[in-house]
Amino acid sequence: MFENIFGIHEQALLLHGQRVGVLATNLANADTPNYKARDIDFSEVLAHNGDAPLPLQITQAAHITFNDGELPAGELKYRNPYQASLDGNTVEMPVEQAAFSENNVRYQASLMFINQTIAALQFAIAGQ
Amino acid sequence: MSLFNVFNVSGSALNAETIRLNTTASNLANAESVSGDSSKIYRARHPVFQAMMNTSDAGFGGQDAATGVRVLGVVESQAPPLMRYQPDNPLANKDGYVFTSNVNSIEEMTNMISANRSFATNIEAINTARDLLLKTISMGR
Repeated sequence: MFENIFGIHEQALLLHGQRVGVLATNLANADTPNYKARDIDFSEVLAHNGDAPLPLQITQAAHITFNDGELPAGELKYRNPYQASLDGNTVEMPVEQAAFSENNVRYQASLMFINQTIAALQFAIAGQ
Repeated sequence: MSLFNVFNVSGSALNAETIRLNTTASNLANAESVSGDSSKIYRARHPVFQAMMNTSDAGFGGQDAATGVRVLGVVESQAPPLMRYQPDNPLANKDGYVFTSNVNSIEEMTNMISANRSFATNIEAINTARDLLLKTISMGR
């Protein structure tokens, strides 16, 4: 019953947490020559994850196991700059800042959904 | 790449931008330094930034994720010095010329503004990561 209690938000929280790090790296390297800005393709990682909702049935020891505890290894993709910079840097401050704050809101949204699920469960357990 | 890594990444950027601000301050302070010898003038210094690649962070299919920035070194500008005719200056050479530093004040001012903005952005990133972590810690309360 409690296997998938938080739905997508458990994984979404992890992914948004990782994306904070990737975007912070872009912001940190805003002045580094030849640095290429990168990002996670959120929908692709989630779609990749949705491909195998059912665990593999293992009947022999030689069977490979499906690793469903970890996030799928999504690929970091390079961002296409709107206007190329002369020093080879593709970090565009406004784009990165917008993505960072958007990711921030999404992280907090996932966190709120999880919190409300916990609150609902506590209410059901306590009955008051 | 966890949320805690943001502190390392943005912290390294703060360090690099501080060095950039320091060189700018040094350049502006010495903008009017003169010398009687063109080889002994103060030359404008600029830090060279490089992304730190971390191959041990295999969070994305073994791809190396850049974590932070470091100052590879400080290079001196090779721009020619300005010659100024000042026979009264005790440092003037036998022809009455002094050589001023090759600092470009406009360039330094724009550099300072850029460093200032990058610094503020990284502070903001650290604050955001801290807020998110604090909210995550209090999950379920």
